[in-house]
Amino acid sequence: MLSPASEAELSEAVAAASGPLRVVGGGTRSIGAPGTGEVLSLSAISGIELYEPGALTLVAKAGTPLAEVEDALAKEGQMLPFEPADMRALLGRDGVPTIGGVVAANAAGPRRMLAGACRDALIGVRFVDGAGTVLKNGGRVMKNVTGYDLVKLMAGSWGTLGVLSEVAFKVLPRLDGATLLVRGAKGADALEAMVRGVTSPFEVSGAAVVPGEGTYLRIEGLETSVAYRIGKLTDLLRDLGEIEVTSDANASAAIWTRIRDVTDYADTPGAIWRVSMKPTDMVDRFLPAIAEIGAFDHRLDWAGGLAWLRLEGDDSAIVAAHHAVQGAVTENGGGHATLFRAPEAVLRRVDVFQPEAPGVAALSNGLRAKFDPRGILNPGLMGGA
Amino acid sequence: MEMPTPDASILARKSRIVERLMGVLPKTAVIHEEVETRAYECDALTAYKCPPLAVVLPASTEEVAAVLKICFEEGVPVVPRGSGTSLAGGALPTADSVILGVARLNQVLETDYDNRIIRVQTGRTNLSVTGAVEAEDFFYAPDPSSQLACAIAGNIAMNSGGAHCLKYGVTTNNLLGVTMVTMEGEVMQIGGAHLDSGGYDLLGLICGSEGQLGVVTEATLRILRKPEGARPVLIGFDSNEVAGACVSDIIKAGVLPVAIEFMDRPILEITERHAKAGYPDCEALLIVEVEGSPEEIDAQLGLIKQIARSHNPVELREAETAEEAGRIWLGRKSAFGAVGQVADYMCLDGTIPVSELPRVLKGIEEISAKYGLKVGNVFHAGDGNMHPLIMFDANKPGDLELCEACGADILRLCVEVGGCLTGEHGVGVEKRDLMGAQFTEADMEAQMKVKDVFDPAWLLNPAKVFPLETSRTRRERDVAA
Repeated sequence: MLSPASEAELSEAVAAASGPLRVVGGGTRSIGAPGTGEVLSLSAISGIELYEPGALTLVAKAGTPLAEVEDALAKEGQMLPFEPADMRALLGRDGVPTIGGVVAANAAGPRRMLAGACRDALIGVRFVDGAGTVLKNGGRVMKNVTGYDLVKLMAGSWGTLGVLSEVAFKVLPRLDGATLLVRGAKGADALEAMVRGVTSPFEVSGAAVVPGEGTYLRIEGLETSVAYRIGKLTDLLRDLGEIEVTSDANASAAIWTRIRDVTDYADTPGAIWRVSMKPTDMVDRFLPAIAEIGAFDHRLDWAGGLAWLRLEGDDSAIVAAHHAVQGAVTENGGGHATLFRAPEAVLRRVDVFQPEAPGVAALSNGLRAKFDPRGILNPGLMGGA
Repeated sequence: MEMPTPDASILARKSRIVERLMGVLPKTAVIHEEVETRAYECDALTAYKCPPLAVVLPASTEEVAAVLKICFEEGVPVVPRGSGTSLAGGALPTADSVILGVARLNQVLETDYDNRIIRVQTGRTNLSVTGAVEAEDFFYAPDPSSQLACAIAGNIAMNSGGAHCLKYGVTTNNLLGVTMVTMEGEVMQIGGAHLDSGGYDLLGLICGSEGQLGVVTEATLRILRKPEGARPVLIGFDSNEVAGACVSDIIKAGVLPVAIEFMDRPILEITERHAKAGYPDCEALLIVEVEGSPEEIDAQLGLIKQIARSHNPVELREAETAEEAGRIWLGRKSAFGAVGQVADYMCLDGTIPVSELPRVLKGIEEISAKYGLKVGNVFHAGDGNMHPLIMFDANKPGDLELCEACGADILRLCVEVGGCLTGEHGVGVEKRDLMGAQFTEADMEAQMKVKDVFDPAWLLNPAKVFPLETSRTRRERDVAA
């Protein structure tokens, strides 16, 4: 295992590599079949470089534990706006989630629909490309259009275009919240409750559906404001189900941690997909379509724009379902489905990522060939040979 | 500022190229007489001018594809143009280039309130996107000050921001998908009505690429429900430092205003003479705006006023009525026009860490004195996006060059303190030759590799963003060979 302790050492390690490398942060959210290359761990390149609460800016080395970042922010009453999930329970992993891993996965929790994903809060990166060259893009200011935005490109590239060494974020004030449950809302009503919430002027920062329970909406802000908005939303939604309000901030936060981390599926068998689509396509077209394929269990987030799917079955059934799910996404309005959890034998047989249209795939492959000309960074992942 | 020497072989083929373009577009959509092409000789950076070889105004994605295919085959550079409001020279032509204007692509294709999206052709102006949805109480958030005129195409090319992006983000945070035509004429869909990419974030790469990767003809944009109300407060201070500290304290306190605008004394004096907004006589003025219901606004402004008072402001004025709110914004919104009345000016938009505000304002003062040019500052303080206005006399020989040198010094200072050359206007030609102050050769090489993938022949807006020397071998290489 390679474990460079600095960006310079990281650069040397990549430049000197003679075969494939498996880039690892904490290994808690890695995706696809385990690669064959030598492990390149970022855990020794760690530490918060700069944090200015008054400028809403934080810069950290890629191997910094996520918890260290979140603790530092919490001390100043701030947070990462995109609410990254802890995937350990869902994926059955040990290890320490790192901030670099969060970026590589472009993680985003329930607040995504209001405040953006990791890619939207990420304002700067430093990374080492496949040739070992140290590069930077963006910076530490929250408005920056100087040159091309490689920051966005690096977010969600799963370590296939470069190895992150440092990441910079725009952060936000952390606000207490309350949760409103429309108990019993299901199907079209559950969607309707989310739509009414997020198209109201009351700034709903979470909108999710747990089948069997109903639609959850989250409101965050100053105390008087939260109470006012909860009242308004209650009036708006009472015809769709019984309204239950969780006003206690900690109890409310716990509801959204459960939704964010998909802990309902933590100790269950079966494969897990993460699907992003236009909300009405998801609920009106996609979910009915996949019900024809198999007995999927699901959870909805992002006002219906995100679904977590779970299906039990043997390896061949999961492989077949994977292709069917991705096909159903394309046929029902478009978006993407990613296989997040499955037995290793399944992962070896499929590309977990949604196939791209040929023209788009050609651009993606072209970029990869430029940034990693030797094809040594996580080969096999994201369509790489 | 230098532009590449026009390719004589292209100039010699003008009539054939024009004839081919007329074969795929209506006659009125191809402009080639020199008296008419002159209307496209510059954008809002009027210091630099050059009429193009021809101008095409396609009205559909198919026509854009047909035009690009011809230009690709003929090896003719193409300069995409939105409404021509770029302050960075993003749409500045060269004599051997074809301007591809998207003005005729101005339709709303779909509005979908349940999913909070609107799909438009990109020649549509920024403000008219909000115009299309405001009857339902929705709006499109990015609001560059040119929003009455600027096109969505240009917003995407430059990743435009605006006064309210502290809360709502810039273009890239509000863009979900595009239809893009490559230089070879291939039409592709990137993104859609869903969130995030299932593969590489090509959408994030295209947004802000200054028309160098493809021509975007359609866009799916996020629209938002309007808040119940908004109200500004005006706070005057007797020093820039204290105003800067107040901004920082407001942000730290956990309130997130939708806008924090800053004006310094030189700007206040000029603006007050011109707009008579009734601003106090002070060194620095903040306008802080918050949103919500009346009670929510009261709660937020209560906190903000408390913080402001702890900094001993010379004036603290809250708008009680819509008319008073309008007066608070009047001076800010008239600032650029007011400066334009008294001088020619160049508007920079370097961004700095908010904590460096006092130091940078001091530095700008020194640079201003060194060049003997007046510089005023009016900017988005919440996100550190400066807008120094350097005033000069375009009719005085040497003054433009002096202004350029003064601007370069200011931008180098922004980079030095941890900021960047441009926060929302783009690099264009204006900041092209300063890229080396922010990026290493390797950093720029990595960016140019992206263009190699999207536009291997380097025909799309080729003489922008990267210093000419840095991009020379790519621009001059014969791809066919």
